[in-house]
Amino acid sequence: MTRFLLPLAVFAGLVALLWRGLDLDPREIPSNLIDKPAPAFSAPQLHEPGAQIGPADMAGRVWLLNVWASWCVACREEHGVISAMAKEVDIIGLNYKDKRADAIGWLEHWGNPYLASAHDLSGDIGIDYGVYGVPETFVIDQQGRIRYKHIGPVSPDQAKDTLMPIVNSLRSVVN
Amino acid sequence: MRRALSWLLPVLLLVGASAPAGARVEVVQFDDPERQALYQEMIRELRCLVCQNQNLADSDADLARDLRRRTRELVEEGKDRDEVVEYMVSRYGEFVLYRPRLTAGTIFLWFSPVVLFLFLVWWVIRWRRQASRAETGYSANELRRARELLQEDGNQPREDSPR
Repeated sequence: MTRFLLPLAVFAGLVALLWRGLDLDPREIPSNLIDKPAPAFSAPQLHEPGAQIGPADMAGRVWLLNVWASWCVACREEHGVISAMAKEVDIIGLNYKDKRADAIGWLEHWGNPYLASAHDLSGDIGIDYGVYGVPETFVIDQQGRIRYKHIGPVSPDQAKDTLMPIVNSLRSVVN
Repeated sequence: MRRALSWLLPVLLLVGASAPAGARVEVVQFDDPERQALYQEMIRELRCLVCQNQNLADSDADLARDLRRRTRELVEEGKDRDEVVEYMVSRYGEFVLYRPRLTAGTIFLWFSPVVLFLFLVWWVIRWRRQASRAETGYSANELRRARELLQEDGNQPREDSPR
Protein backbone atom coordinates (compact mmCIF):
# COMPACT_ATOMS: atom_id res chain seq x y z
CA MET A 1 0.00 0.00 0.00
CA THR A 2 2.75 2.44 0.98
CA ARG A 3 4.43 2.05 -2.41
CA PHE A 4 1.52 3.97 -3.92
CA LEU A 5 1.66 6.76 -1.37
CA LEU A 6 4.62 8.64 -2.82
CA PRO A 7 3.43 8.69 -6.46
CA LEU A 8 -0.01 9.64 -5.20
CA ALA A 9 1.45 12.51 -3.16
CA VAL A 10 3.42 13.71 -6.20
CA PHE A 11 0.29 13.51 -8.33
CA ALA A 12 -1.76 15.40 -5.75
CA GLY A 13 0.94 18.06 -5.58
CA LEU A 14 0.90 18.48 -9.36
CA VAL A 15 -2.89 18.70 -9.42
CA ALA A 16 -2.82 21.37 -6.72
CA LEU A 17 -0.14 23.35 -8.59
CA LEU A 18 -1.90 23.20 -11.95
CA TRP A 19 -5.31 23.84 -10.39
CA ARG A 20 -3.94 27.04 -8.88
CA GLY A 21 -2.49 27.93 -12.29
CA LEU A 22 -5.94 27.82 -13.86
CA ASP A 23 -6.98 30.85 -11.83
CA LEU A 24 -3.89 32.92 -12.54
CA ASP A 25 -3.91 35.45 -15.33
CA PRO A 26 -0.56 35.41 -17.14
CA ARG A 27 -1.25 38.96 -18.27
CA GLU A 28 -1.15 40.21 -14.69
CA ILE A 29 2.51 40.90 -14.16
CA PRO A 30 3.40 42.04 -10.66
CA SER A 31 4.62 45.61 -10.78
CA ASN A 32 8.02 46.55 -9.44
CA LEU A 33 6.72 50.03 -8.66
CA ILE A 34 4.57 49.14 -5.68
CA ASP A 35 5.53 51.24 -2.62
CA LYS A 36 8.02 53.18 -4.75
CA PRO A 37 7.67 56.88 -5.58
CA ALA A 38 5.47 57.48 -8.62
CA PRO A 39 7.86 58.37 -11.46
CA ALA A 40 7.93 62.13 -11.82
CA PHE A 41 6.71 63.73 -15.01
CA SER A 42 5.36 67.05 -16.13
CA ALA A 43 3.35 66.72 -19.30
CA PRO A 44 1.13 69.06 -21.28
CA GLN A 45 -2.51 68.82 -20.31
CA LEU A 46 -4.84 67.32 -22.86
CA HIS A 47 -7.27 70.24 -22.93
CA GLU A 48 -4.74 73.00 -22.28
CA PRO A 49 -1.46 72.14 -23.99
CA GLY A 50 0.10 75.26 -22.49
CA ALA A 51 -0.45 74.02 -18.92
CA GLN A 52 1.46 71.16 -17.35
CA ILE A 53 0.28 68.40 -15.05
CA GLY A 54 2.24 65.84 -13.04
CA PRO A 55 2.34 63.86 -9.80
CA ALA A 56 3.90 66.83 -8.00
CA ASP A 57 0.62 68.73 -8.43
CA MET A 58 -1.19 66.05 -6.43
CA ALA A 59 1.16 65.92 -3.44
CA GLY A 60 -0.65 65.54 -0.12
CA ARG A 61 -3.66 63.84 -1.66
CA VAL A 62 -4.63 60.24 -2.30
CA TRP A 63 -5.38 60.02 -6.00
CA LEU A 64 -5.70 57.66 -8.93
CA LEU A 65 -3.72 57.74 -12.13
CA ASN A 66 -5.81 56.13 -14.85
CA VAL A 67 -4.07 55.27 -18.12
CA TRP A 68 -6.50 55.52 -21.01
CA ALA A 69 -6.78 56.14 -24.74
CA SER A 70 -9.55 56.73 -27.24
CA TRP A 71 -8.39 53.68 -29.24
CA CYS A 72 -8.67 51.48 -26.18
CA VAL A 73 -11.83 49.38 -26.26
CA ALA A 74 -11.54 48.20 -22.65
CA CYS A 75 -11.36 51.84 -21.52
CA ARG A 76 -14.93 52.29 -22.67
CA GLU A 77 -15.85 49.24 -20.63
CA GLU A 78 -14.48 50.72 -17.40
CA HIS A 79 -15.53 54.29 -18.15
CA GLY A 80 -18.71 54.09 -16.05
CA VAL A 81 -16.78 52.67 -13.09
CA ILE A 82 -14.08 55.33 -13.35
CA SER A 83 -16.75 58.04 -13.55
CA ALA A 84 -18.46 56.67 -10.42
CA MET A 85 -15.16 56.55 -8.52
CA ALA A 86 -14.37 60.10 -9.62
CA LYS A 87 -17.17 61.30 -7.28
CA GLU A 88 -15.17 59.98 -4.32
CA VAL A 89 -11.52 60.35 -5.30
CA ASP A 90 -9.41 62.61 -7.51
CA ILE A 91 -8.47 60.95 -10.77
CA ILE A 92 -5.80 62.17 -13.15
CA GLY A 93 -5.86 60.67 -16.63
CA LEU A 94 -2.78 59.64 -18.53
CA ASN A 95 -3.82 59.83 -22.15
CA TYR A 96 -1.50 57.25 -23.65
CA LYS A 97 -0.29 57.37 -27.28
CA ASP A 98 -3.38 59.10 -28.52
CA LYS A 99 -4.10 61.94 -30.93
CA ARG A 100 -5.20 65.03 -29.05
CA ALA A 101 -8.33 65.57 -31.14
CA ASP A 102 -9.39 61.92 -30.85
CA ALA A 103 -8.89 61.97 -27.09
CA ILE A 104 -10.86 65.18 -26.57
CA GLY A 105 -13.64 63.88 -28.80
CA TRP A 106 -13.79 60.63 -26.80
CA LEU A 107 -14.17 62.55 -23.52
CA GLU A 108 -16.86 64.81 -25.02
CA HIS A 109 -18.81 61.77 -26.15
CA TRP A 110 -18.48 59.60 -23.03
CA GLY A 111 -17.96 62.26 -20.35
CA ASN A 112 -14.79 63.42 -18.62
CA PRO A 113 -14.18 61.93 -15.15
CA TYR A 114 -10.66 63.37 -14.87
CA LEU A 115 -9.47 66.46 -13.01
CA ALA A 116 -7.05 66.70 -15.91
CA SER A 117 -5.36 64.38 -18.35
CA ALA A 118 -1.67 64.37 -19.19
CA HIS A 119 -1.01 63.95 -22.88
CA ASP A 120 1.61 61.24 -23.41
CA LEU A 121 1.81 61.06 -27.19
CA SER A 122 5.17 59.28 -27.35
CA GLY A 123 4.38 56.77 -24.61
CA ASP A 124 7.51 57.75 -22.66
CA ILE A 125 5.60 58.36 -19.42
CA GLY A 126 3.91 55.01 -19.97
CA ILE A 127 7.31 53.29 -20.11
CA ASP A 128 8.32 54.92 -16.81
CA TYR A 129 5.14 53.54 -15.23
CA GLY A 130 5.63 50.09 -16.76
CA VAL A 131 2.41 50.40 -18.74
CA TYR A 132 1.90 47.45 -21.07
CA GLY A 133 -1.84 47.05 -21.32
CA VAL A 134 -4.23 49.97 -21.30
CA PRO A 135 -6.28 50.62 -19.20
CA GLU A 136 -4.21 50.60 -16.02
CA THR A 137 -4.99 52.32 -12.74
CA PHE A 138 -2.49 53.33 -10.06
CA VAL A 139 -3.38 54.29 -6.49
CA ILE A 140 -0.96 56.95 -5.24
CA ASP A 141 -0.73 58.12 -1.64
CA GLN A 142 -0.13 61.50 0.01
CA GLN A 143 3.64 61.03 -0.16
CA GLY A 144 3.45 60.32 -3.88
CA ARG A 145 4.13 56.60 -3.59
CA ILE A 146 2.39 54.03 -5.77
CA ARG A 147 0.46 51.76 -3.42
CA TYR A 148 -1.53 49.64 -5.84
CA LYS A 149 -1.70 48.94 -9.54
CA HIS A 150 -4.68 47.55 -11.36
CA ILE A 151 -4.18 46.17 -14.86
CA GLY A 152 -7.07 46.03 -17.30
CA PRO A 153 -10.57 47.49 -16.98
CA VAL A 154 -11.80 48.06 -13.43
CA SER A 155 -15.04 46.18 -12.77
CA PRO A 156 -17.67 47.61 -10.39
CA ASP A 157 -16.79 44.89 -7.86
CA GLN A 158 -13.07 45.61 -8.08
CA ALA A 159 -13.73 49.30 -7.53
CA LYS A 160 -15.97 48.59 -4.52
CA ASP A 161 -13.98 45.74 -2.95
CA THR A 162 -10.38 46.63 -3.76
CA LEU A 163 -9.62 50.11 -5.10
CA MET A 164 -11.89 52.25 -2.91
CA PRO A 165 -11.02 50.38 0.34
CA ILE A 166 -7.32 50.98 -0.43
CA VAL A 167 -7.99 54.67 -1.10
CA ASN A 168 -9.99 55.00 2.13
CA SER A 169 -7.43 53.20 4.27
CA LEU A 170 -4.66 55.41 2.88
CA ARG A 171 -6.69 58.48 3.72
CA SER A 172 -7.24 57.33 7.27
CA VAL A 173 -3.53 56.72 7.86
CA VAL A 174 -2.66 60.40 7.94
CA ASN A 175 -5.89 61.99 9.18
CA MET B 1 38.62 44.80 -39.89
CA ARG B 2 38.44 41.16 -40.94
CA ARG B 3 37.95 40.14 -37.34
CA ALA B 4 35.10 42.57 -36.97
CA LEU B 5 33.50 41.21 -40.11
CA SER B 6 33.94 37.61 -39.03
CA TRP B 7 31.57 38.01 -36.09
CA LEU B 8 29.38 40.64 -37.68
CA LEU B 9 28.21 38.17 -40.29
CA PRO B 10 26.78 35.65 -37.77
CA VAL B 11 25.16 38.53 -35.90
CA LEU B 12 23.54 39.78 -39.07
CA LEU B 13 22.42 36.25 -39.98
CA LEU B 14 20.94 35.84 -36.51
CA VAL B 15 19.07 39.11 -36.81
CA GLY B 16 17.78 38.02 -40.17
CA ALA B 17 16.73 34.64 -38.77
CA SER B 18 14.99 36.19 -35.79
CA ALA B 19 12.86 38.56 -37.84
CA PRO B 20 9.90 36.56 -39.13
CA ALA B 21 8.58 37.38 -42.55
CA GLY B 22 6.09 40.22 -42.42
CA ALA B 23 7.20 41.75 -39.10
CA ARG B 24 8.08 45.34 -39.78
CA VAL B 25 11.08 45.75 -37.52
CA GLU B 26 13.13 48.82 -38.23
CA VAL B 27 16.85 48.51 -38.96
CA VAL B 28 19.01 50.16 -36.34
CA GLN B 29 22.62 50.89 -37.15
CA PHE B 30 25.27 51.89 -34.63
CA ASP B 31 28.74 53.15 -35.57
CA ASP B 32 30.30 51.11 -32.78
CA PRO B 33 30.00 47.34 -33.37
CA GLU B 34 30.04 46.70 -29.62
CA ARG B 35 27.03 48.97 -29.15
CA GLN B 36 25.38 47.25 -32.09
CA ALA B 37 25.95 43.83 -30.54
CA LEU B 38 24.63 45.01 -27.16
CA TYR B 39 21.51 46.44 -28.78
CA GLN B 40 20.86 43.22 -30.68
CA GLU B 41 21.48 41.15 -27.57
CA MET B 42 19.11 43.28 -25.50
CA ILE B 43 16.19 43.23 -27.91
CA ARG B 44 16.49 39.45 -28.11
CA GLU B 45 16.72 39.15 -24.34
CA LEU B 46 13.81 41.43 -23.46
CA ARG B 47 10.25 40.22 -23.63
CA CYS B 48 7.43 42.06 -25.37
CA LEU B 49 4.90 42.34 -22.55
CA VAL B 50 1.88 42.62 -24.82
CA CYS B 51 2.64 39.52 -26.87
CA GLN B 52 4.38 37.67 -24.01
CA ASN B 53 5.91 34.87 -26.06
CA GLN B 54 7.87 37.13 -28.36
CA ASN B 55 10.95 39.14 -27.65
CA LEU B 56 11.35 42.78 -28.65
CA ALA B 57 13.29 41.80 -31.77
CA ASP B 58 10.45 39.66 -33.11
CA SER B 59 7.45 41.72 -32.19
CA ASP B 60 5.50 44.12 -34.30
CA ALA B 61 3.50 45.45 -31.34
CA ASP B 62 3.44 49.15 -30.58
CA LEU B 63 4.90 48.67 -27.13
CA ALA B 64 7.73 46.53 -28.54
CA ARG B 65 8.58 49.31 -30.97
CA ASP B 66 8.62 51.86 -28.13
CA LEU B 67 10.79 49.63 -25.98
CA ARG B 68 13.19 49.02 -28.89
CA ARG B 69 13.45 52.77 -29.31
CA ARG B 70 14.12 53.20 -25.59
CA THR B 71 16.70 50.38 -25.68
CA ARG B 72 18.42 52.11 -28.59
CA GLU B 73 18.47 55.41 -26.69
CA LEU B 74 19.92 53.75 -23.59
CA VAL B 75 22.61 51.99 -25.63
CA GLU B 76 23.41 55.24 -27.44
CA GLU B 77 23.79 56.97 -24.06
CA GLY B 78 26.52 54.44 -23.31
CA LYS B 79 24.62 52.34 -20.77
CA ASP B 80 26.01 48.85 -20.30
CA ARG B 81 24.12 45.57 -20.24
CA ASP B 82 23.35 45.63 -16.50
CA GLU B 83 22.10 49.19 -16.65
CA VAL B 84 19.71 48.46 -19.51
CA VAL B 85 18.44 45.36 -17.70
CA GLU B 86 18.00 47.32 -14.46
CA TYR B 87 16.11 50.05 -16.32
CA MET B 88 13.63 47.59 -17.77
CA VAL B 89 13.24 45.41 -14.67
CA SER B 90 12.61 48.42 -12.41
CA ARG B 91 9.66 49.33 -14.66
CA TYR B 92 8.31 46.04 -15.94
CA GLY B 93 9.57 43.54 -13.36
CA GLU B 94 11.59 40.36 -13.69
CA PHE B 95 9.11 39.05 -16.28
CA VAL B 96 10.57 41.34 -18.94
CA LEU B 97 13.68 39.15 -18.97
CA TYR B 98 13.61 35.86 -20.82
CA ARG B 99 16.35 34.61 -18.47
CA PRO B 100 15.29 35.72 -14.99
CA ARG B 101 18.14 36.74 -12.72
CA LEU B 102 19.06 34.56 -9.76
CA THR B 103 17.31 36.07 -6.73
CA ALA B 104 15.52 34.74 -3.68
CA GLY B 105 12.30 34.90 -5.65
CA THR B 106 13.57 32.98 -8.67
CA ILE B 107 15.77 30.39 -6.92
CA PHE B 108 13.00 27.78 -7.07
CA LEU B 109 12.59 28.44 -10.79
CA TRP B 110 16.30 27.92 -11.42
CA PHE B 111 16.95 24.89 -9.25
CA SER B 112 13.71 22.93 -9.25
CA PRO B 113 14.78 20.94 -12.38
CA VAL B 114 18.02 19.86 -10.65
CA VAL B 115 16.15 18.92 -7.48
CA LEU B 116 13.57 17.02 -9.49
CA PHE B 117 16.32 15.18 -11.40
CA LEU B 118 18.16 14.15 -8.22
CA PHE B 119 14.88 12.99 -6.72
CA LEU B 120 14.18 10.84 -9.79
CA VAL B 121 17.68 9.32 -9.68
CA TRP B 122 17.19 8.43 -6.01
CA TRP B 123 13.75 7.05 -6.79
CA VAL B 124 15.02 4.84 -9.64
CA ILE B 125 17.92 3.48 -7.55
CA ARG B 126 15.55 2.61 -4.72
CA TRP B 127 13.14 1.01 -7.13
CA ARG B 128 15.89 -1.13 -8.73
CA ARG B 129 17.05 -2.29 -5.29
CA GLN B 130 13.56 -3.34 -4.36
CA ALA B 131 13.11 -5.09 -7.69
CA SER B 132 16.34 -7.15 -7.20
CA ARG B 133 15.17 -8.08 -3.74
CA ALA B 134 11.83 -9.13 -5.12
CA GLU B 135 13.50 -11.64 -7.49
CA THR B 136 14.75 -13.92 -4.69
CA GLY B 137 12.60 -12.79 -1.83
CA TYR B 138 15.76 -12.14 0.23
CA SER B 139 17.84 -9.02 0.69
CA ALA B 140 21.53 -8.91 -0.31
CA ASN B 141 22.46 -9.15 3.38
CA GLU B 142 20.31 -12.17 3.95
CA LEU B 143 21.81 -13.94 0.95
CA ARG B 144 25.36 -13.24 2.13
CA ARG B 145 24.52 -14.53 5.60
CA ALA B 146 23.02 -17.67 4.08
CA ARG B 147 26.21 -18.33 2.09
CA GLU B 148 28.35 -17.84 5.20
CA LEU B 149 26.22 -20.31 7.13
CA LEU B 150 26.55 -22.87 4.36
CA GLN B 151 30.34 -22.46 4.32
CA GLU B 152 30.61 -22.79 8.13
CA ASP B 153 29.01 -26.20 7.80
CA GLY B 154 31.67 -27.17 5.31
CA ASN B 155 29.06 -27.49 2.65
CA GLN B 156 29.86 -25.89 -0.68
CA PRO B 157 26.90 -24.11 -2.19
CA ARG B 158 25.34 -26.33 -4.80
CA GLU B 159 25.38 -25.30 -8.42
CA ASP B 160 21.67 -24.55 -8.47
CA SER B 161 21.61 -22.57 -5.23
CA PRO B 162 21.01 -18.84 -5.52
CA ARG B 163 24.14 -16.75 -5.58
